[in-house]
Amino acid sequence: MKYSQGIFSDSYKLTPKKFDYYAATSLDEALSLLQEKEDAKILAGGQSLLALMKLRLAAPQALIDISKIEDLSYVREERGYLAIGALTIHDLIEHNETIRKRFTLLADAASKIGDQQIRNRGTIGGSACHADPAADLPTALLAANAQFVIRGHSGQRVVPAEEFFVDTFTTAVQPNEVLTEIRIPEFPPKTGSGYIKHSRREGDFAIVGVGAVVTLADGNICKDVRIGLGSVAATPIRAKAAEDYLRGKPLDDKTIIEAAERGPQGADPPSDMHGSREYRLEMIKVFIKRTVKLALTRV
Amino acid sequence: MALQALKTGMVQVTCKINGKEYTGMAEPRTLLVHFLRDDLNLTGTHIGCDTGHCGACTIMFNGKALKSCMLLAVQAQGAEILTVEGLAQGDKLHPIQEAFWENHGLQCGYCTPGMLIAGLFLLQRNPDPTEEEIRRGIEGNLCRCTGYVNIVKSIKAAAKKMQELKAQSSQATPTPKSQ
Repeated sequence: MKYSQGIFSDSYKLTPKKFDYYAATSLDEALSLLQEKEDAKILAGGQSLLALMKLRLAAPQALIDISKIEDLSYVREERGYLAIGALTIHDLIEHNETIRKRFTLLADAASKIGDQQIRNRGTIGGSACHADPAADLPTALLAANAQFVIRGHSGQRVVPAEEFFVDTFTTAVQPNEVLTEIRIPEFPPKTGSGYIKHSRREGDFAIVGVGAVVTLADGNICKDVRIGLGSVAATPIRAKAAEDYLRGKPLDDKTIIEAAERGPQGADPPSDMHGSREYRLEMIKVFIKRTVKLALTRV
Repeated sequence: MALQALKTGMVQVTCKINGKEYTGMAEPRTLLVHFLRDDLNLTGTHIGCDTGHCGACTIMFNGKALKSCMLLAVQAQGAEILTVEGLAQGDKLHPIQEAFWENHGLQCGYCTPGMLIAGLFLLQRNPDPTEEEIRRGIEGNLCRCTGYVNIVKSIKAAAKKMQELKAQSSQATPTPKSQ
């Protein structure tokens, strides 16, 4: 007897709406399929998209699976930047030596995503393109000043992080384009970085997520700083007022507290079951403080 | 050319599970866990939440612990899969299964297939994990009976068993010469 005849009959299953499936073997093939098929979505690791499809929050007509395109998974040092292939899984980013040492906030962020099984399958490109404002990597990528390489039929373009995240679940990637690579410009000497996620339980989405990259001049004077905030607006945002306050000042406790007080400027956090708007505004301050201090320990 | 599967049709999926080749037919939207259970009758892999949270459906997919409700059956074309059915050799339990048995690492058993595979993945990468590392390794697997204490103990015990077995087998058989 098939088990589907028992209590696990189809009506008990969480199943996506019907779609056509194509497993692309190359990027060019994926791009052609995207061009040809109506309402097609790229499937990378699928750890967000399949969940949405099962809940019927998304119902694309066609899925183009790029997960088997091997040459889109890599971490490579190029002149002036680190190149990360769009299909590089979170687990690899968490454990990559170069990223851990020199782009630590990305390893921090990757290590906080979901759980081991999710990190074994979810990809950095997928997380960026999904553009959930509460996700970890987009916030870290914004703080890291990442650039996004997007391929279309007529060639490729490079989009800075500030322009990449357009709105909730919306990026600069057009329906007939594919994100292929993420580039992290080399941090200057005397730079440290970190990402801290505030959530009730491990694996939850962030109530507030903060990424910081701090560069020091002589002594402990702040030469440059970038702070990314997640889960507090429609997209990840920079805490520009806090950054402006820190630049040129010695990074002692008092200065960091003063800067953190300016952190919520520009934030427009939601209220939901994980935390009220007011709570999140307070937590922005707390976690800017902690993250800047963490980044400082890594300079 | 790309593998194609149209929404109205079924596609043939062939993959290796627990060392044996299986072939079945699946719609593009069929989740791998449903394919394993309903079409291949491999019901050792459980379905808890269907939404990627609980980890009961964890399998080893090309060497990585994944949640089989977060994969499509068609994506398993050509894959190598290990499920809980593949752990024991005949009547001889896998050391991690023995460890769960001996340390009371399960009560109702619903989460156990997923716990075993997640535990195994952890031990393959980290043969001697600390309690903290074990807890992090099974973060994606929910248990509603044990309170996790005995599961952590079981994985710790499994680590010891597997290391002893490894030491024994490397003593018993001389290092193989390169061929």
